[in-house]
Amino acid sequence: MSYQLPKFRHPELPVNDLGYTRADYEGAISTLCAGCGHDSISGAIVRACHELSIEPHKIAKLSGIGCSSKAPTYFLGNSHGFNSVHGRMPSVVTGAALANRDLLYMGVSGDGDTASIGMGQFTHVARRNLNMVYIVMNNGCYGLTKGQDSATADRGSASKKGDPNIYSAIDLCGTALQMGATFVARSFSGDKEQLVPLIKAAISHRGFALIDIVSPCVTFNNNTKSTKSYEFVREHAEATGTIDFVPMHSEITTEYQPGHAHEVTMHDGSSIRLYKMDESLNPFDRRSAVNVLEEHRYSGNILTGLIYMNLDSRDLHEVLETSQRPLNSLDESDLCPGNKMLLNINASLR
Amino acid sequence: MKRIESVNDFVIKFANVNGTGSASANNLFAKALFRMGLPVSPKNIFPSNIQGLPTWYEVRVNEKGYLGRRGGIDIALSVNPQSMAQDIGEVLPGGYFIYDNTKLLDIRLHRDDISIIGVPLTRICNEQYDDPRQRQLFKNVIYVGALAALLDMDFKVLTGLVEDQFKGKKNLVLPNIHALELGYQYARNNLDCPIGIRVQKSDKVGDKILLDGNTALGLGALYGGATVAAWYPITPSTSVVDAFEKYAKRVRIDPGTGQRNYAIVQAEDELSAIGMAIGASWNGARSFTATSGPGVSLMSEFLGLAYFAEIPTVLFNVQRAGPSTGMPTRTQQADILSCAYASHGDTKQVLLFPSTPRECFDFGALSFDLAERLQTPIILMTDLDLGMNDNMSEPLSWDDERKYDRGKVLTAEQLEAGVEFGRYLDVDGDAICYRTYPGTHPTKGAFFTRGTSRNEYAIYTEKGEEYEANMLRLLRKWDTINEYVPAPIIVDCGMETDTAVLYFGTSEEASREALDHLSAEGVHLNAMRVRAFPFNQEVQEFIERHKQVFVIEQNRDAQLRTLLMAEFEFGPDKLKSVLCFDGTPISARNIRKQIKKHLNSDNVLPLHRDTALLRAGETS
Repeated sequence: MSYQLPKFRHPELPVNDLGYTRADYEGAISTLCAGCGHDSISGAIVRACHELSIEPHKIAKLSGIGCSSKAPTYFLGNSHGFNSVHGRMPSVVTGAALANRDLLYMGVSGDGDTASIGMGQFTHVARRNLNMVYIVMNNGCYGLTKGQDSATADRGSASKKGDPNIYSAIDLCGTALQMGATFVARSFSGDKEQLVPLIKAAISHRGFALIDIVSPCVTFNNNTKSTKSYEFVREHAEATGTIDFVPMHSEITTEYQPGHAHEVTMHDGSSIRLYKMDESLNPFDRRSAVNVLEEHRYSGNILTGLIYMNLDSRDLHEVLETSQRPLNSLDESDLCPGNKMLLNINASLR
Repeated sequence: MKRIESVNDFVIKFANVNGTGSASANNLFAKALFRMGLPVSPKNIFPSNIQGLPTWYEVRVNEKGYLGRRGGIDIALSVNPQSMAQDIGEVLPGGYFIYDNTKLLDIRLHRDDISIIGVPLTRICNEQYDDPRQRQLFKNVIYVGALAALLDMDFKVLTGLVEDQFKGKKNLVLPNIHALELGYQYARNNLDCPIGIRVQKSDKVGDKILLDGNTALGLGALYGGATVAAWYPITPSTSVVDAFEKYAKRVRIDPGTGQRNYAIVQAEDELSAIGMAIGASWNGARSFTATSGPGVSLMSEFLGLAYFAEIPTVLFNVQRAGPSTGMPTRTQQADILSCAYASHGDTKQVLLFPSTPRECFDFGALSFDLAERLQTPIILMTDLDLGMNDNMSEPLSWDDERKYDRGKVLTAEQLEAGVEFGRYLDVDGDAICYRTYPGTHPTKGAFFTRGTSRNEYAIYTEKGEEYEANMLRLLRKWDTINEYVPAPIIVDCGMETDTAVLYFGTSEEASREALDHLSAEGVHLNAMRVRAFPFNQEVQEFIERHKQVFVIEQNRDAQLRTLLMAEFEFGPDKLKSVLCFDGTPISARNIRKQIKKHLNSDNVLPLHRDTALLRAGETS
């Protein structure tokens, strides 16, 4: 186990608006297997946060248990991290986000952590529309316990052990849509050009943003009969389109027209530019997203890219009407009604 | 037949059907007595059901101020034919059975040794009201009116209460007073009033209040500065969060913006509820969850995380009868062990044992200070009896000068100044380390919170010696905790004795009464009320001082006794159990009986030590 990065960096590493280099967003050296998809995702998170010029300490990264949930150690070393309990990251993030609405909450989970033990919490955090980025590093297997099938493994897909999976797969994007998630995307750890802008868009989205990222397990699930292998995903991925993230703060609004490039303004004033490839998908219409997902499931291809986004979503803080001041910054003078009220309460109880 | 005759000292039990609005009428009765200056202790005995099953409301009136269950029923008031056979059977010889004689009593239920009094409640209602719902609701008020006459209560107190209760709603005040009068006049005109039991004004209440423990806890959380409450509905804890919300809506909403200085989330289950509480506390907000036994089982994994990762956590456990779903609407103190050692691995959790609503309020607010100061879960152990029943209590009060103790948290300034930060580094020697909130400083103070082993700088480790050092520090922290938790309350009987009783929580009132009776019989016992785990040094010394200690608790397996034996290595002979686990609050008669049985069988006669020694000498 090594936990110190080599100190050497190129002397002219580019700095962002805050003056930070990408190194300021990196974490400890990964102890995951060489070639693990998760490390590419960590790299994409580092790049997205650096390019968006988010102060590293204004991000909190939280995870559950598993290979995926170890990953937050390997990015954003200047951010607080919380490696919690298996399948329970959503509840911990919910509490944390309620305590301080001013931080960016990045939840990192895996397919076992989300689709099995944590399915309940995953669905409920989606329906509450908690303002967070929920990243699933989805490899279809339990890596840390040596490769058992997970609930996202496709029926018939076989891991290194060779036995085809006999159960039907849970599609996390479809589930999230059903539960009311307001930003749903799928990507592939091997496609950084797609992944980085998606992460940026998810960060800018106000509300629950899921990115289900197929991230092959090189040790247990990267063989020829697996549908979560690098090769299979490269051959079967069909992108909804490409996406550019434009961190501008001028107002841009454009009507959505299929077949063209579109710019869509996000809550924080930045915008995303969509280049659509799949004419049948309108990513601002939930029914359309559900249909396209279902069609791809039927054809056996993997739909990647932005699948759905609701620009008018109200996040949990808005729904609960909580104070704009973070709750963790309030003190006695804000919170304690004092003895006078107790005198009245006592009087009413006699 | 010798009638029970008494003034200001009796037990009355109302037998109703749940879902018929009887609770508010019964409350009216109890509160009227309270306003007459009489100590009362009302207890709801209700089914796990919404409508149609038998429910009882037992009120003890006692001028001496004994508030525990006495045992035995002097007056039964029955408006539920379903439970009538049981209800009439429970009345003590010489007692009174008041029932709705619109339909005459089944001759097979008749008893010669009690007074049977009929009030035609249904007939009066049918004559007075056309609306079926009104007939049902006012029937309850009418019997309260009849009772007022039978017990010689001050009728003005009742009407005054109705006016207070429906302040500003004239359309409700008059019909209720009318119904009270219907019952009152019927009894006056047709029955011998008063019966052998009656009440008169007294001055034994002082400035006390009548309040349920759950409301007091909700207020404690409000005053203690809780901003995040996450919970999952479960009887008997639900009303804790209800109360928190009720008062938060009054005082925590900004009148200008309408924004709330609190957030309440009803979680999908108890796992999630405590996860949210832990997440909020980790991020620097005061947060809590409330639950009961089954919830504690589900929360155990997270409690282990909070213990090991040292995250402040406040959990209010309103205990009910287990195991499993058990008797969900009956009381017990049966989660002592599952909470004290909650979660896998070596864990020890801090427990607080309030015994009155006032202590629910005080300990409730204190929990947040303790959790943040000690960086560990604080589990406040109350129960259904205290939580859901109105208990007579000292009034609530708050010192307006009081500041919250936020514990050891490093600020951005301290970090900037170069203070060495290791999340699990014992800088002060009290085994409590400094923490940082997320977002404090751009480059200093970030760390990784985890349930895995780690070194003093929060870096993952599997080195045995580093793991062990951390576990031993947590044990040293336990000693520090000992200095912060509420000390026991010791009551010296003032006589020389080597025997004592030990009790906690809701066993206090019944124990106090039992000791008074035993004392009158010449058996003098010292007493100690334990108020927290870890047990204070005083607890150990007290037990060591005595040859034998009766441990009174409301569970089958003598859980607190087990805990005492585990923590102090007392032998089983030293600690004798006095137990009640039938789901009803423990009664003074029960305690007295069990203690006397122990004393007789052990040949221990505390006051007559010389005789006992002499006898032992004779046989040897």
